[in-house]
Amino acid sequence: MSADELGHVGSTLGERAVFGFWVFLMSDAVIFALLFATYGSLLDATAGGPTPAALFRIGDSLIETWLLLSSSFTFGMASIAMKYGNARENVGPLLAWSAVTVVLGLSFTGMELHDALTLFQQGAYPSRSGYLSVLFALVPFHGLHVVGGSIWLIVVMVQLLTFGRDVRVNMNMLRLGLFWHFLGIVWVAIFSVVYLQGLIR
Amino acid sequence: MNPGRASELRRYLAGYGLSHVLTGAAFGAVYWQKLGARDTLGIVFALGFIQVLVHFRCFLYIGLRRSARDALQLLLLSTLIIGLMVSGTLVILVNLHRRMM
Repeated sequence: MSADELGHVGSTLGERAVFGFWVFLMSDAVIFALLFATYGSLLDATAGGPTPAALFRIGDSLIETWLLLSSSFTFGMASIAMKYGNARENVGPLLAWSAVTVVLGLSFTGMELHDALTLFQQGAYPSRSGYLSVLFALVPFHGLHVVGGSIWLIVVMVQLLTFGRDVRVNMNMLRLGLFWHFLGIVWVAIFSVVYLQGLIR
Repeated sequence: MNPGRASELRRYLAGYGLSHVLTGAAFGAVYWQKLGARDTLGIVFALGFIQVLVHFRCFLYIGLRRSARDALQLLLLSTLIIGLMVSGTLVILVNLHRRMM
């Protein structure tokens, strides 16, 4: 079985391996969904502490959204380079798009970290109220996923440099693609439910 | 250029463009808020839901194709499980909240 065959749909082995990863992603989705449910039920539990409207700045969330959306797109470009690249050793475009994706992903988490530190300075730390506890459970949980995905992508890049585009690296890239786009979807839920809902007057 | 490659490229570009439009509309609806809180929230959630569908379609290739059908069924089952767990959680917590008032 060539790497090329695995890149295309129609390989049962590849499909099964990817389906297994889908099952993992859905279990992750259940965790996120329950965090969202907890978030919804603690929205008013501010205990006299800072409220969402006082804490969030819409510009920051918009820039973070752009960063993560663009990283989903550049990851798509990397997947295309992986699938349709002409020679097994020609990994240049693939590495370039992956590197851009890592940079975007890490800028996103860097900005989130900066936001969290700003919140701390305003006296909004997790133990202040039930609302802040769940806020600092939900959003950093997603950020941690993005950091994990970035590290994984760096590992894939090292594998590409060492092994070239072989079958296992190809599978790795397919799974990581699902993971990365899944994180984009969770972020859409986060900016709608957490940031935009918090900022509505 | 390979036709498969061209169509995939188009799909990613369409997904990227659409998600920018939808994000922009949702943030705009809150930034220049014209409607009441309830209506604006409805618009934001509706736009978010559409954007999730766009991501699934354009980035994750979920559709009615035979090779994607297993993933689609898994997704629908997970949605059902999540719906049960989330609504159950909310019923209990809201009920507790009322009793504590």
